[in-house]
Amino acid sequence: MTTTTEKATWRSSGGVRGWFGRQPGWVRGIIVLVSAILAFLLPYAAEVPLIGPQIVTEGIDWPSALFNMSYYVLLALGLNVVVGYAGLLDLGYVGFFAVGAYGTALLTSPDSVLYADTGWKWLMAVPVALALTMVAGLILGWPTLRLRGDYLAIVTLGFAEIIRIFATSTTTLRGDRGFASIPHPPGMWNGKPIFGVTDAVPYFWLGLVVIILVILGVRNLDRSRVGRSWLAIREDEEAAEIMGVRTIKYKLWAFAIGAFIGGLGGVLFAGEQGFINSQTFVLQFSILVLAGVVMGGSGNMAGAILGGALISYIPDRLRGISLGDTDLYEYRFALFGLVIIIIMVLRPQGLIPSRRRAMELKDREKEVAPQ
Amino acid sequence: MLLEIDNVTLAYGRIQALHGISLTVGQGEVVALIGANGAGKSTTMRAISGLRPVSQGTIRFDGQDITKLRADLRVIRGVSQSPEGRGIFPGMTVRDNLEMGAYTRRNRSEIDEDLDRAFTLFPRLKEREKQPGGTLSGGEQQMLAVGRALMSRPKLLLLDEPSMGLAPMLIQQIFDIIVEINQQGTTVLLVEQNAQQALSRAHRAYVLETGRIVKEGTGAELLHDPAVKDAYLGVA
Ligand SMILES: Nc1ncnc2c1ncn2[C@@H]1O[C@H](COP(=O)(O)OP(=O)(O)OP(=O)(O)O)[C@@H](O)[C@H]1O
Ligand SMILES: [Mg+2]
Repeated sequence: MTTTTEKATWRSSGGVRGWFGRQPGWVRGIIVLVSAILAFLLPYAAEVPLIGPQIVTEGIDWPSALFNMSYYVLLALGLNVVVGYAGLLDLGYVGFFAVGAYGTALLTSPDSVLYADTGWKWLMAVPVALALTMVAGLILGWPTLRLRGDYLAIVTLGFAEIIRIFATSTTTLRGDRGFASIPHPPGMWNGKPIFGVTDAVPYFWLGLVVIILVILGVRNLDRSRVGRSWLAIREDEEAAEIMGVRTIKYKLWAFAIGAFIGGLGGVLFAGEQGFINSQTFVLQFSILVLAGVVMGGSGNMAGAILGGALISYIPDRLRGISLGDTDLYEYRFALFGLVIIIIMVLRPQGLIPSRRRAMELKDREKEVAPQ
Repeated sequence: MLLEIDNVTLAYGRIQALHGISLTVGQGEVVALIGANGAGKSTTMRAISGLRPVSQGTIRFDGQDITKLRADLRVIRGVSQSPEGRGIFPGMTVRDNLEMGAYTRRNRSEIDEDLDRAFTLFPRLKEREKQPGGTLSGGEQQMLAVGRALMSRPKLLLLDEPSMGLAPMLIQQIFDIIVEINQQGTTVLLVEQNAQQALSRAHRAYVLETGRIVKEGTGAELLHDPAVKDAYLGVA
């Protein structure tokens, strides 16, 4: 029932999203399918006349850029569950990415203290590392559930710092020295491993498959009672509780699911890089992903995907462009900030906004400045 | 007695908001709770709904102790609240807001019946069924909040300032509807600033002052009580 009314709202709205919502089911199906196929063909984007060279410039290592985009998109999708759906401002999201990556490293790398007992293959380590991130999600979620807004943001920020400091200064996690020789994902093709060291394209495809599975999973959740509960909590937590929503339970779920998706990004990252250390997980990373979610349109998966891809792509795109004597890549974060500010001024609800979110923003403005 | 609150104390951190209040609401009654700003009326409602834990005392509902019961289980037992300031879900349509009121229920045909009932009580909501709650006027939002609270088929309906911000005509109307809801069999505990209306419509009433009950009586008794007149009716 929620879905039918939601469709009705979409139908009456304008823009690309409104247009998409008005199409019959089969048209939407085809559009989604074609987009998915095009996504798999992205490694060959440079071959497209005219636009191709604009996207894939000289300075970019395109396959790596694509793989980076894929885990940024995963992170954005996961953070979107926490921030966009449940409305919990989590600034320490990179912490889960780190737990996923370190979990994998600890179970597989010869540098790990556990190596003698484990020394597993990548695929074996994945479920354990993911379970670990979910536990981390619950551990962070449990004590912070009674906090709201700014307070929650500060505590989650602290969480990410704790993980980073742990990684920097405990001997088990090896600080800068990090973990080397983390095995790659399995699979052979023509007698050669699919996931090698030189070509990042298979990793991108793997990332894409994971992204599609995550999209399907989150979409189903969003349309279920869980999604309805998240929505109610985000719009008015006390009212939700009055309706009988078990707010603590669903907030914990949001944290755990968000953590799980962030962890997926982490295990993929570790599997591709083969090496991680404490420098990998800086705070600015968390902020960047949050910026991506907000920029794309918080509460909306298409927005999170676009935002996640952009935050990864924009800095790469600046590589090799020079203005006079200076390489723009040097100033990538400043320029990037500028791009975000421009987007947010022109489209405060994000590039692909969620209609509901727009309504909530308005409602909050009223609270702040009553007419 | 449907609801019995016995010597309940509640604190927000170090701020003590309720200093041992006791009140009862009988099956089928409309009971009003009046008092100045900050007296603790909304806090009492929160305690009954289970949004805030009480530090002392007991709350009994329908013959059972619910003092420590989770908020969602209280909804299932039959306690429903229309909170102060309406608390509607701004991004959900009017219909989805009403559906949220039936969150704890599963029986689709019964829910549809109750949707019809809400739309009959508030025809204005029917016209705006597909509109986001946040686009409704203040008065319409108030109707939505009351209608939504009814969607759980409560035994006890808690209304926290249902007339807040309404035009005089609408105030009459909302009180008429409250009486109608009561006559259809729902017990009502009503918090109001509009003491005149509340006392004249309620069977019984309590006066709350800085976290303590200082007076109780039938609506008519309090309406003619000189002290109440003085403090809450703004004698005209
Ligand atoms: N969340 C809170 N944290 C701290 N103190 C609170 C909180 N909510 C209420 N209080 C305090 O508890 C007391 C009672 O508040 P309550 O909201 O119950 O008053 P009220 O009788 O409903 O007033 P009004 O008529 O203005 O709605 C007030 O002194 C208020 O400041
Ligand atoms: Mg109040």
